[in-house]
Amino acid sequence: MLKYMKFTGMALKNLFSKPATRNYPAVPREYPARTRGHVENDLALCILCGMCAKKCPADAIHVDRPGGNWTIERFGCIQCGSCIENCPRKCLSMLQSYPEPGAEKRTDTYHKDPPPKPAPLSPEKIAELKAAKAAREAAAKAAQEKGE
Amino acid sequence: MSTRSIVPFGPQHPVLPEPIHLDLVLEDEKVVEAIPSIGFVHRGLEKLVEKKDFNDYVYVAERICGICSFMHGMGYCEAVERIMEVEVPERAVWLRSIWCELSRIHSHLLWLGLLADALGFESLFMHTWRMREKILDMFEYSTGGRVIFSVNKIGGVRRDMDSAMLDDFLRILDGMSAELKELTDTFLGDKAVAGRLSGVGFLTKEQAHDLGAVGPFMRSSGILRDTRTTGYGAYRHIDFEPIVSTAGDSYARTDVRIREIFQSIGLIRQFAAKIPEGDINVTVKGFPQGEHFMRVEQPRGEAVYYVKANGTKFLDRVRVRTPTFANLPAMLETLKGCQLADVPVLILTIDPCISCTER
Repeated sequence: MLKYMKFTGMALKNLFSKPATRNYPAVPREYPARTRGHVENDLALCILCGMCAKKCPADAIHVDRPGGNWTIERFGCIQCGSCIENCPRKCLSMLQSYPEPGAEKRTDTYHKDPPPKPAPLSPEKIAELKAAKAAREAAAKAAQEKGE
Repeated sequence: MSTRSIVPFGPQHPVLPEPIHLDLVLEDEKVVEAIPSIGFVHRGLEKLVEKKDFNDYVYVAERICGICSFMHGMGYCEAVERIMEVEVPERAVWLRSIWCELSRIHSHLLWLGLLADALGFESLFMHTWRMREKILDMFEYSTGGRVIFSVNKIGGVRRDMDSAMLDDFLRILDGMSAELKELTDTFLGDKAVAGRLSGVGFLTKEQAHDLGAVGPFMRSSGILRDTRTTGYGAYRHIDFEPIVSTAGDSYARTDVRIREIFQSIGLIRQFAAKIPEGDINVTVKGFPQGEHFMRVEQPRGEAVYYVKANGTKFLDRVRVRTPTFANLPAMLETLKGCQLADVPVLILTIDPCISCTER
């Protein structure tokens, strides 16, 4: 008889226990800290250097520096975290929630006014800088001779 | 002689999760011969190596298969590391081995579920996958991904597991063991399951050897061979003995895989006890030059990675010999002489992964 009843215990337990699944989406999922959901960019820190676009294995990030646009293809991104690892300003971060599903492929564009170009230097300022550099070099030379 | 007829089987079939097509030559209900054709999910991943930086190709290698994704990434990384003679930190090697064994448990549980599904035992299938979900959660806790982990890189791994996390995992695995025992006893002891598995699809030791079978499929025919004994990873530092069975039928294949699940839990326990401290990756400079054959034992059997590099950031060639590809000839042999109704279960007993095979 036992030969036919192997699964009975489990089946009975199953009858009187809570469901193994969550009532999603009424009960949302809690993600662990390391979950790779989607990439976010903190534009206040971003310098639009384009390192993330260069290192993206899926070519999902596009950086338009003159226009000040940072674009990510949400459905092209594979959430590998390569951009975050290579970001020199650490302005990129991985959030736990997954991107929203959609009927069409979506791109998110973040806009930031590109940093203003420095104004050209006046001839007096250039002369001043050159003099300062010469003085620095002379002092370094003197120190070296003194040392010898 | 009765009339022969040919029944096309696949690539779409309710119990086959993956697309393989077989032309089954039948005499009444008995299969006389099976002629396979593959190529329905070819994606050209090997060709991509000419366009992707060798560091970025890790992400492509992982996507060869959704089930052994970790080991595909690892096999590729280890091949490149050996070409570049990179000294991978010990801790990274041990962490990789832990994730390998977790992958094995997850793959075997997935297979057991599919087997139960193929037998029509739906509740057993759901319970098996409920257990598997716990392993996937462990992956998400430790790597951030459930299926694709992106945790391997050339020179080591990206994420560490501290002792608190490892203890948590061991506690979950311990809790699972009792329930798992109850579940696997159903596979091995239930008369309805045994009726479909025992004495079906024999493969002798000679056939397994001559046709080049690999993995649990080969080990259940009595050949004691496991790539984990060749000395990659952290397996050389712990007690490890491959699991074999001599029966050679579908039941033996189920038995070997079930015992491998429990063995993997034991291996993880050993790894967690002995894992050394230290860094988890090193910075790799320069480009690879040379070639290497790397063999790793995936849940489905031995996989071979051939990498040829030319000293630039693009590799010349990457070739992956996946376990399912090696198992196909032996599988066709087991089909000869079986009943048509047994074909889906017999194909399943090699744990086929056609996406791996075609890449």
